[in-house]
Amino acid sequence: MKSEGEFVNQPDNTAFTQQRLPAWQPMLSAGIVIPLFTLIGLAFIGIGVALFITSQNIKVQELDYTGTATSSPCFQCSGLSIQNCTCERNFSLSELFEGPVFFYYGLSNYYQNYRQYGVSKDDYQLSGDTTYFLKPQSYCSPYQYSNNKPIVPCGSIANSMFNDTFRLYLLVNGSRKQVPFDGKGIAWWTDYNIKYRNPSPVNGSFAAAFDGTTKPVNWQKSAYELDPTDQANNGFLNQDFLVWMRRAALPNFRKLYGRITGGDYSQGLPAGNYTLQISYNYPVLSFGGTKKVVFSNVSWMGGKNQFLGIAYLVIGSLCVVMAIVMLIVYAKYKFPDNDDA
Amino acid sequence: MLRRRLNLLFGGDEKRVDSRTIYVGHRPGPATEAFIPPKFCDNRIVSSKYTVWNFLPKNLFEQFRRIANFYFLIIFLVQVIVDTPTSPVTSGLPLFFVITVTAIKQGYEDWLRHKADNEVNKYPVIVLEDGRKESEKIKVGDIVEVMEDETFPCDLILLQSSRDDDTCFVTTASLDGESNHKTHYTVPDTEKDLQSLSATIECEQPQPDLYKYVLSLRLVWATLKNTKKIYGVAVYTGMETKMALNYQGKSQKRSAVEKSINAFLLVYLCILISKAVVCTTLKYVWQSQFGQDEPWYNQKTQKEKDTYVYLKMFTDFLSFMVLFNFIIPVSMYVTVEMQKFLGSFFITWDKDFFDPEIQEGALVNTSDLNEELGQVEYVFTDKTGTLTQNNMEFIECCIDGFQYKNTDSMSELDGFCEKEELFLRALCLCHTVQVKEAGPDEIDEIDGVQVDGLAAGLSQPDEERGFIASSPDEVALVKGAMKHGFTFLGLENKTMKIRNWQNDTEIYELLHVLNFDPVRRRMSVIVRNKSGETLLFCKGADSSIFPRVRPEEVDRIRMHVERNATDGYRTLCVAYKQLSPEEYAVADAGLRDARLALQDREEKLMVVYNQVETEMSLIGATAVEDRLQEEAAETMEALQGAGMKVWVLTGDKMETAKSTCYACRLFQRGTELLELTVRTLEDGGRKPFNLVVCVSLRSWSNSNQEYGFIIDGATLSLVMNPSPDANSSRYKNLFLQICQNCTAVLCCRMAPLQKAQIVKLVKNSKGSPITLSIGDGANDVSMILEAHVGIGIKGKEGRQAVRNSDYAIPKLKHLKKLLLAHGHLYYVRIAHLVQYFFYKNLCFILPQFLYQFFCGYSQQPLYDAAYLTMYNICFTSMPILAYSLLEQHIAIEILLDNATLYREIAKNAMLRWGPFLYWTVLGIYQGLLFFFGVRYLFSNPALQDNGQVFGNWSYGTIVFTVLVFTVTLKLALDTRHWTWINHFVIWGSLAFYVFFSFFWGGIIWPFLRQQRLYFVFANMLSSVSAWLVIILLILLSLLPDILLVVLRKPRGPHARKVLL
Repeated sequence: MKSEGEFVNQPDNTAFTQQRLPAWQPMLSAGIVIPLFTLIGLAFIGIGVALFITSQNIKVQELDYTGTATSSPCFQCSGLSIQNCTCERNFSLSELFEGPVFFYYGLSNYYQNYRQYGVSKDDYQLSGDTTYFLKPQSYCSPYQYSNNKPIVPCGSIANSMFNDTFRLYLLVNGSRKQVPFDGKGIAWWTDYNIKYRNPSPVNGSFAAAFDGTTKPVNWQKSAYELDPTDQANNGFLNQDFLVWMRRAALPNFRKLYGRITGGDYSQGLPAGNYTLQISYNYPVLSFGGTKKVVFSNVSWMGGKNQFLGIAYLVIGSLCVVMAIVMLIVYAKYKFPDNDDA
Repeated sequence: MLRRRLNLLFGGDEKRVDSRTIYVGHRPGPATEAFIPPKFCDNRIVSSKYTVWNFLPKNLFEQFRRIANFYFLIIFLVQVIVDTPTSPVTSGLPLFFVITVTAIKQGYEDWLRHKADNEVNKYPVIVLEDGRKESEKIKVGDIVEVMEDETFPCDLILLQSSRDDDTCFVTTASLDGESNHKTHYTVPDTEKDLQSLSATIECEQPQPDLYKYVLSLRLVWATLKNTKKIYGVAVYTGMETKMALNYQGKSQKRSAVEKSINAFLLVYLCILISKAVVCTTLKYVWQSQFGQDEPWYNQKTQKEKDTYVYLKMFTDFLSFMVLFNFIIPVSMYVTVEMQKFLGSFFITWDKDFFDPEIQEGALVNTSDLNEELGQVEYVFTDKTGTLTQNNMEFIECCIDGFQYKNTDSMSELDGFCEKEELFLRALCLCHTVQVKEAGPDEIDEIDGVQVDGLAAGLSQPDEERGFIASSPDEVALVKGAMKHGFTFLGLENKTMKIRNWQNDTEIYELLHVLNFDPVRRRMSVIVRNKSGETLLFCKGADSSIFPRVRPEEVDRIRMHVERNATDGYRTLCVAYKQLSPEEYAVADAGLRDARLALQDREEKLMVVYNQVETEMSLIGATAVEDRLQEEAAETMEALQGAGMKVWVLTGDKMETAKSTCYACRLFQRGTELLELTVRTLEDGGRKPFNLVVCVSLRSWSNSNQEYGFIIDGATLSLVMNPSPDANSSRYKNLFLQICQNCTAVLCCRMAPLQKAQIVKLVKNSKGSPITLSIGDGANDVSMILEAHVGIGIKGKEGRQAVRNSDYAIPKLKHLKKLLLAHGHLYYVRIAHLVQYFFYKNLCFILPQFLYQFFCGYSQQPLYDAAYLTMYNICFTSMPILAYSLLEQHIAIEILLDNATLYREIAKNAMLRWGPFLYWTVLGIYQGLLFFFGVRYLFSNPALQDNGQVFGNWSYGTIVFTVLVFTVTLKLALDTRHWTWINHFVIWGSLAFYVFFSFFWGGIIWPFLRQQRLYFVFANMLSSVSAWLVIILLILLSLLPDILLVVLRKPRGPHARKVLL
């Protein structure tokens, strides 16, 4: 053998240049795949069973209150011109609704994922930047200015904020006892603590920071009046506002309204008769939508969703079946790589 | 065409429009009234395309001329102008990336050209007037000094040589591949003192014809040999030199893969447009329903209300186009280009292609055709120098019907008979061989330098002499004569000296050389011996000699010639004639006249040559062996095993070529040969095709028989350019049909142009098969350029073939690895790359399309802009690039051992509609799965254990995460060859995706007007359901592939080994 380096032009004799890098050459042979499929299948079935049982144990109570049917208690509120209408829906629980109970409102046929709707907000405003209070970004159009005054918070999303309010009463011996909703912690922690910021108070007054601006057209109160009792829940940091601002992915969605955790209800809602008092403000009939409320408890997997459990069970069984089929096929025809040592 | 005119006029003359006047040494001639220094271009050679200043605009312009880039530019502009769902950055950034990478590549290549130009331009030369200066500063009219072994810096007219006989030798190997030493004479009658020479030269304006140069014009890039130094005056400089005028960019060859890509692109463009049309239509159908056009919560702006509905429809259509435009992958082009560029290094790096003899490895001239090497169906090979070594050895001769082997000594004690002496003298005289002079002090140098066909004398050290000739046959013949006692001592001042077997020196005066040309296929010399006899010696191919000698002599020799040809030797016949003084006078006058003719000189010379070379008497014939290249037979066998049809196209005669074919095992013992040559034509009574058709039809019936087909140049020209009759195209088709049914075809007696014609014929035949031409000589250039892939062999016949080839290899045997291993791998790699790119973009965009049905057709993007932008350039580009550079689905050794594996990818197997459909269906399946899997998960968007709900960006991020993992793991499943690089990029890409998502969502970015993804990814990971759905969907997406891999026949390297 001639020693390398003898020739000036000789290519480098490295593993890389000669395409001889050491390589792992995996072969998905039956010997690997059949046990693999069996294992995956069994694991999936296990997860599926757990998911399914968990999902089965989640209790859900849904109440539609759109009021389309004349028999519906909210029918008289669903008319277009009625203001400050209140209606009530009764329901009863035959057994304890284990807590913590989450209270959601749900809308259908409501396109929060509309593109033009989705961009219609000003994140600079919402992060408390007051320079954008007087000059909202043009994306907010057509809710940029109202009567030549800049709207804060501007844009379609804020303007269309859900404004039905709910009170839940438990009927105890013929008298109503209010069940308190806990509205804290229903929005994402990062939204509440970092992404959204209120403007700094001017001369100690929070409202003064909003001077020269006007409230969104459809709002009854200004942003700084959303929760006058609790400054931490006021302005852009109002939890209901934050929940609304996180746009839903699909036209039928639900959003968290509050939790029932306090005092007597820490174990959940006891069996009994309940009345849900709804102040009906939010029109949905004009676009064919519906409104509902949902009582639900949650588990480690979140809210009730049968899909995951069933999907896991199906795929898991499929894997096992395929493993068996493959085993039969291989046992019968003995592909050469089966006796690959 | 302008006829060349050159006049050397000392003193003034009227100027012609198409000529230029050059003042030698810039001194005005005495008779010139007014000296106006004429303007000529300088001697700078510019092969580079760009300068620093025009690089940006010119390069951008050229890049946007490509359809794909232009399309992306339009998309980008639409995004800038129209209110579209995604920001211009999403398509602008990838486009910028693509353009930049391409610009860097082209800039680098141009920098290399600049460097090469500079090397030439800054080369120091000595100019008589100014002394040493850089080559680029030579002006027309400068007198340039050139030393031995230097190359000429520009086109020169030789004024003075250091040799006594006012000649110099040059080799033009780098110009036209002819490595012989050409003798050139100085301009006669010039004064010895060049400093005071005052002259003008009138010559034509520059024109590219390389071979129409004048007597003493030296060309740029020619190399001075065997002459100490010369002086010449610069005539054409810089870009006006013959070489530069001849340097034309080769026409771009496009590979079949590129055609497939374009077809797929068209399909995807249709998908894209139909998606946009469907969405636009449905949008307006949907909006016409109750309450959906403008719900109260989503009022239109004034501007929207004012816009005409048709204009709105159009902008909606454009918006959808922009939203879905990612389905046509911008980055595919840059990835394909990078793959080709980087991949081609593996050819140059391969040490199996390194040949220690010439100290060189393979050379890649175009990287665009790598994958075509895996698709070759027809191989057209030259014979001499390609199949054979072009290393001639004198084997035997036949004088007057008696055969003399190389081994037996002719010089028996009784000496030579007259005929024998004559024959050997003819061998010694009739050639253009030069003796490399080896003075006693230069012997060392000679030993070290083995240049250009120089072959040092073999046995006797005192006979240390090298012969230099244009063709190796001549050297072999002269050396053969030397072995038998007649030694050629050299040519000096038109006298040839030979030493005969009795050690006497014989002197002949060389009167004329009737040069060899491929049409006549012979050459002659006219010499006068001491006794005053004028002799003409002629040697040439049998077919060109036999008609010109007495028939009765032919019969004695013909048998030997034919037997030698069958043995695979190259045969030449030698004839002579004695010219009477009158005959000579006529011939001499004719030759001189023709040589000085300004017009149609070649034609006139030919006529005179043909007149002189008649009525000769045949002395004998020679047989020279041209050995087969190393492993020629194995290589040919492998190529045929791989399903390629090998055609030998040679200028050689049929018998020789046939025997070479047998030796190469192209024709087997059992192969039935069909001959279509001038001879069979004559037998067949001018009805060639009927005959052959009969032969073939009869034979086809015998199905297992292998056929070989032989055709010669004369017959071929009948087929290709038949007289204008109705059957002409039928002949061609018939010919093609017959050829295509044969395993091997031999075309002999081919002119270079005919070689190209054949290649073209096959190339354009039904099914447009991929052709490959391989050759080593200048005569193969035309077919190398014509074929899909042209391979040059770095052989003995100069560099012309190499320079015009797409790939150059040192030896024929390297072709096997080049095709079977490199070609196969490149094809598989790039085919997979292309399919994968389309697939990954299909399942990328399909969910976004489906999302339109759930968002009121409002062009809401499913993914964040950052994801849209980065998907193709960061998250999924590196693994496929690494795959497409490193994948070896079958190990190289196995590919080389099993030529049949090559058939598996024949006919573009991996890029046909079948596989494309498979990938498309896979992409659709996965896209549907991604979207609807997450859709059903989001039927209850409360996915966290604290009851909080997820929004639309969480939805998109989950889909995107599944997508990135699935397409990357799909590639991982397809990877059969995991080097550390594959591991690094595959797992690295996934890690980078996760890291990037955290990073992108972890900071409030001040330059973004909407913080859409803020903590979306982190929140997603905090949800168990999201994890579970991601795992589920990835597995479900890959399930069909895993099953396929298992159920398909095992193809991996291990399995192969087990099977064997």
